[in-house]
Amino acid sequence: MLIQWINTGLRKIPTWVLYLILPIPGLLVIAAGLTDNLGPEPINELEEELGEFALKLLILGLAISPLLHFTRINLVRFRRAIGVMAFAYVTAHFLVWFVLDLQGLNQIWTEIVKRPYVTVGFAGFVAMIPLAITSNDLSVRRLGRFWRILHRLIYLVAILAGLHFIMLSKGFDVEALAHMVVILAFLALRVSKWRRGLQSGLQGLRKKLIG
Amino acid sequence: GAMASIASPALAETLEPNTWEHITSYNNFYEFGTDKEDPAANAHRLNTSGWEIEVDGLVDAPGRYSLTSLLEGLSEEERIYRFRCVEAWSMVVPWNGVELKDILDKVGVQSGAKYVAFETANRPDEMPGLRYPVLDWPYREGLRLDEALHPLTLMATGIYGKPIPNQNGAPIRLVVPWKYGFKSIKSIVRITLTDQEPATSWNMANAREYGFYSNVNPTVSHPRWSQASERKIGGGLFNRRQPTLMFNGYEAEVADLYKGMDLTTYF
Repeated sequence: MLIQWINTGLRKIPTWVLYLILPIPGLLVIAAGLTDNLGPEPINELEEELGEFALKLLILGLAISPLLHFTRINLVRFRRAIGVMAFAYVTAHFLVWFVLDLQGLNQIWTEIVKRPYVTVGFAGFVAMIPLAITSNDLSVRRLGRFWRILHRLIYLVAILAGLHFIMLSKGFDVEALAHMVVILAFLALRVSKWRRGLQSGLQGLRKKLIG
Repeated sequence: GAMASIASPALAETLEPNTWEHITSYNNFYEFGTDKEDPAANAHRLNTSGWEIEVDGLVDAPGRYSLTSLLEGLSEEERIYRFRCVEAWSMVVPWNGVELKDILDKVGVQSGAKYVAFETANRPDEMPGLRYPVLDWPYREGLRLDEALHPLTLMATGIYGKPIPNQNGAPIRLVVPWKYGFKSIKSIVRITLTDQEPATSWNMANAREYGFYSNVNPTVSHPRWSQASERKIGGGLFNRRQPTLMFNGYEAEVADLYKGMDLTTYF
């Protein structure tokens, strides 16, 4: 009853609202940086804030399926906006690192290749690009079944992002590890579902073959 | 050793010190939390009154010294030093303190001693970061005896002429300006003279990334980032990186200590 009421309420919210709300934390932190309100080392702070928010959006996106499965609360309509905004934050995070932190193109490839945590983070960013490009109705229609398979890449992206966070931390970082635990838990839920899907598919095939 | 007695280009140049605000609000002091702002937020819990330091090992006068008795009669001076963190940021800090050599002379270093080991206070009730196994507590650091006796090596008790704030290592900390910041151990409760290279916290946690020497060296990369440049704190959002200097700019004073050593092996 309550769930139904929540879902009815959610259906009334247009998805474009997220494109207005989700940029706000990023814009606020950029504004804080420009007005000298981001502490003594604003470049790192901005980099970290944008990166962490991107990771949180990725995790939120991953949470939507289990939320539907366990509580029947349906946020599936909002998943695209969350994914697109996560990509926007990752892009901003990358640009701050590249433009403000590294300050030079000649250094970028050395850093990407030589530093494993940068390599991992950059791979996650690159893996998001096809997802961002195909995050429209036309692609969903054109790609059909392949679209769903392609978008499973988001689990790889989340793992790379979580790993990137762990690898760049000094010492034993509880916060970074906690993010990774959540990501792996969502992946485990998905894998068991994929396996069930595969099993029932095989069973159907066997029935068909044996008759 | 008065500063004037060290005739060197590094000390004669004018360095622009960071503000009190920046020096005391951007700190690594994991006993109070791993975020840069954690020490400033939590370090007020540390009670530094009646501070004592255990001096032991190969010394003539071992014992538990009160801080006041250990410093009594030693001449305090101001030293404006570059401070280079292993994370590739830097500051310039006007320290007040005494030379470590003066303290060691006072307690009498025995001839067999080759190293000095230090330990930070380990008080879980006052240091909330100790709840997390970020490092193998208590925090430990060490120097070779000749490094410890070098006139640049300071035991700081103040910044800008004021008592050193807790987040910066009150009431007394080491300052070794040609080494990465983590070597300059804070809130010291123990000094041990030994003939063995002492175990040091970051080296124990990750020997591949943090060597015992950890001299500032732009030509030896940290495995996860370059050490060729650094960003001085306080330059805002469009702050430019500056090249990191060999031995953090103190090459003329300290290079002799490492003559004949391969600095890529002993990093």
